[in-house]
Amino acid sequence: MSAKHEPNAQQIKDEQLYRQMGMTDEEFDRAAEMLGRLPNYTETGLFSALWSEHCSYKSSKPVLRKFPTDGPRVLQGPGEGAGIVDIGDNQAAVFKMESHNSPSAIEPFIGAATGAGGVLRDVFSMGARPVALVNSLRFGDLSDARDRYLFEEAVAGIASYGNAIGIPTIAGEVQFDNCYSKRPLVNAMAVGLLNHEDIQKGIASGVGNSVMYAGATTGRDGIHGATMSSSEVKDGEIPVMQAGDPFLEKLVMEACLELVKSDALIGIQDMGAAGLTSSAAEMASKAGYGVELNLDLVPQREEGMTAYEMMLSESQERMLIVVKKGREQEVTDLFAKYNIQAVTIGKVTDDKMLRLLHKGEVVAEVSADALAEDAPVYHKKSEEPAYFREFQAMEMTEPVVADLNETLKDLLQRPTIASKEWVYNQFDTQARSNTVVAPGSSAGVIRVSGTNKGLAMTSDCNSRFVYLDPETGGKIAVAEAARNLICSGAEPIAITDCLNFGSADKPEVFWQLEKSADGISDACRKLNAPVISGNVSLSNEVNGVPIYPTPTIGMVGLIHDLSQVTTTEFKSAGDVIYVIGEASLDFGGSELQQMMEGKIFGQAPAIDLEVEAARQKELLTAIQAGLVQSATDLSEGGFAVALCEKAFGAEGLGAGVTVSGSAVTALFSETQSRFLVTVKEEKAADFEKAVADAIKIGVVTDSNRIVINGENGMLIDGTVDELRSAWKGAIQCLLNSEA
Amino acid sequence: MKFAILVFPGSGCDIDMYHAVNTVLGNKAEYIWHTEANLDGYDAVLIPSGASYGDYLRPGALAQSSQAIVSLKEFAATGKPVLGVGNGFQILAEAGLLPGAFLRNKGLKFRSGRTKLTVLNTDSTFTADYENGQEITIPFAHEFGNYYVDEKTVEELKRTNRIVFTYADDNADGSTADIAGVLNETGNVLGMMPLPERAVEEIIGGTDGLPLFNSILKRWSENNVSQA
Repeated sequence: MSAKHEPNAQQIKDEQLYRQMGMTDEEFDRAAEMLGRLPNYTETGLFSALWSEHCSYKSSKPVLRKFPTDGPRVLQGPGEGAGIVDIGDNQAAVFKMESHNSPSAIEPFIGAATGAGGVLRDVFSMGARPVALVNSLRFGDLSDARDRYLFEEAVAGIASYGNAIGIPTIAGEVQFDNCYSKRPLVNAMAVGLLNHEDIQKGIASGVGNSVMYAGATTGRDGIHGATMSSSEVKDGEIPVMQAGDPFLEKLVMEACLELVKSDALIGIQDMGAAGLTSSAAEMASKAGYGVELNLDLVPQREEGMTAYEMMLSESQERMLIVVKKGREQEVTDLFAKYNIQAVTIGKVTDDKMLRLLHKGEVVAEVSADALAEDAPVYHKKSEEPAYFREFQAMEMTEPVVADLNETLKDLLQRPTIASKEWVYNQFDTQARSNTVVAPGSSAGVIRVSGTNKGLAMTSDCNSRFVYLDPETGGKIAVAEAARNLICSGAEPIAITDCLNFGSADKPEVFWQLEKSADGISDACRKLNAPVISGNVSLSNEVNGVPIYPTPTIGMVGLIHDLSQVTTTEFKSAGDVIYVIGEASLDFGGSELQQMMEGKIFGQAPAIDLEVEAARQKELLTAIQAGLVQSATDLSEGGFAVALCEKAFGAEGLGAGVTVSGSAVTALFSETQSRFLVTVKEEKAADFEKAVADAIKIGVVTDSNRIVINGENGMLIDGTVDELRSAWKGAIQCLLNSEA
Repeated sequence: MKFAILVFPGSGCDIDMYHAVNTVLGNKAEYIWHTEANLDGYDAVLIPSGASYGDYLRPGALAQSSQAIVSLKEFAATGKPVLGVGNGFQILAEAGLLPGAFLRNKGLKFRSGRTKLTVLNTDSTFTADYENGQEITIPFAHEFGNYYVDEKTVEELKRTNRIVFTYADDNADGSTADIAGVLNETGNVLGMMPLPERAVEEIIGGTDGLPLFNSILKRWSENNVSQA
């Protein structure tokens, strides 16, 4: 298609062609008003991409404002490629989580791979060397062949990218629930490290400075990806997907990390969603300058590309760079070492316009601020859904369980609870030789090279709780992430998030978004973990049914001394076992409820952030004082599952414990703010002094058995080997089934 | 002793090797970019793992046709030690410095973890610090770890004592005769799929890889003392 076949401005208006690009009538009118004329085809494309939810947060902005984004460690909050937090010694951690849900629903291998690739670029474009990847994945319950395919391919896609580029994947979570059937969530998080002086920003400043393009050529792939990701996937609709090339990204990354040491560099940004359009407009707008690009100079992989196609392409592995005038050749030479082309395609101007030249003509001329800053902000209608009132009014009763031992075994085989070995064995978890705790414990831990410090990281969200009660569920998501870090010996320092929701046009969905943001904000304040970056993914629906609201929390913690790193598994026989916090009747949204009833209902478990914060603080202090042998939080499946998991990671150890209260509640309730900890006998007295709510329940044994006694006799008695093999093999077993 | 670490575009684990030699062993290793592969003045060459040239065509296939391999072949011919791990082993096999070829893992998926190896030959430059028959635990991470050699070659390798490591209890990727590491005919080139440079510190992957590096160092200092 050439430019002369593009519809003219009047046709775009009269035939409402902007609607195909995802713009509403009001948005088109607003764009025309800002321009003072009707936008042409290319300009309409620029507006539609940058005013998409993915780029502008137009529906979620009022909600995002609720988040605390400041703190003593925050060096860069939301608004750049990734957030930055100080970790002392002139070093900082840089991280960001991003969704790639829509592409992964269509082509899971490529979609998931490019998700990892994109978030890595966000991190190294800040000047940081990526040191670890984390992921957060959600699929249907594997009973459906399409869901099994999506799961297998998405995992392979993430693995292919991270492994090839040589960055270890050290943590993650996988949840299975049929609300994600055919609409998987693929959230990828990257964590990087830098020295303070190397912090870069995506700015285009200094009139006359050169705008350079580095990396892969531009093709017709991924055109309008930003718009697509902000809409529901409909059957039979297959857009042209952008594919990733980790080899190329590795070279671009090494070149960029060399470039950030050069004083020729002014600003750098990844061409992510909405490609050249977003990077050019945002860099100009942030700096208060303009950018003029000559599109004839853009390296192209296909012939006859139009301005529209070049600007909207989402070809991967491309960076936009602004360098001091006269220093272009140095930059070209630097990239040439890595066989990467870096060419000048434009310059910085003082008129605050994004101006595009193509074949000697000005093909677009739009205010950079209008594109990047002045997208409409919608205050969507919010309405408490009927289901919420109904659930809140329910009287909760304890489930009736016929056989406790069988139920425990069944729970251990639920894919959400079962070992995720099948997933993480496909990831190179040790690359770069800094992985202290690989996947399989509460959180992943890497050593900060050259120091005695570590970074712990985790991703968490129990979306069932968020669905039952978004505010409480939002609090729980943050609290659970923090618990995982605490149990690893780390002090939580900041979070990134991926807000995965259904369509915000539905008042019930928008209410879920608002309420969960309230809960997240409260918990972040209470637990001193500000939000430093994030991403919003709306319209996660299949055939009009929204997914459970899923605000995934990616959290990073600082380990002050690597000798304090603590893991889940039992360490030695004779150690005393403590549970912190008592169980109460909390089965709403529990794994047991879902398993027995095939659905969830009632109230989510209550959470008291005061209690949460106090217990976390006490436990972390005890860990730092060297009082703790192993620690884990109680989550899906409750106490009995957590106790088993502590035995599974150890060789030849078991447990003998006695619990109080009603058996089903004691074993399987999902009451919040609870932990299971083991302590050397000689340190038991000190530990009890340090942690007020710790209850001594038994000892680690060398018996290879899990024995749980109740008030009226034995509740659970099983061999570790048998329980472990059920837990280990469950996902492989589900994948082998031919349903 | 001075080590060269050959770096190809995409060699991601060069940093692991560098860390092991410089930081942990306190020795000297330098990165050698594939276009400037002058190996004069180096006492040993290390070829790291990763995905050189994106594993395009076949892992190791594109790297073997680079200029660096011409210099490497000359270097190997002098009898000085050459160690290739993971992708480095694949490059050595593609370059014809070691026998065999690599197939996709039997399970068709990338696999990573730690595996037990049996040390079979402790006379080599690379294994003198191990005990014969010793079981060691070494990390691995590969998608094409299924080493293939024909029966005749296996017999030859066994007869000449060139199989130095075998998988002790888990040959899940399907390597011929459980082979995890082999020597060339002259015993100065070792290729292995597991990654000993990731097992040099207790805190990251154990220390079972240390004796391999210590063996190289010891052999070198013995030779240099005797020459002096």
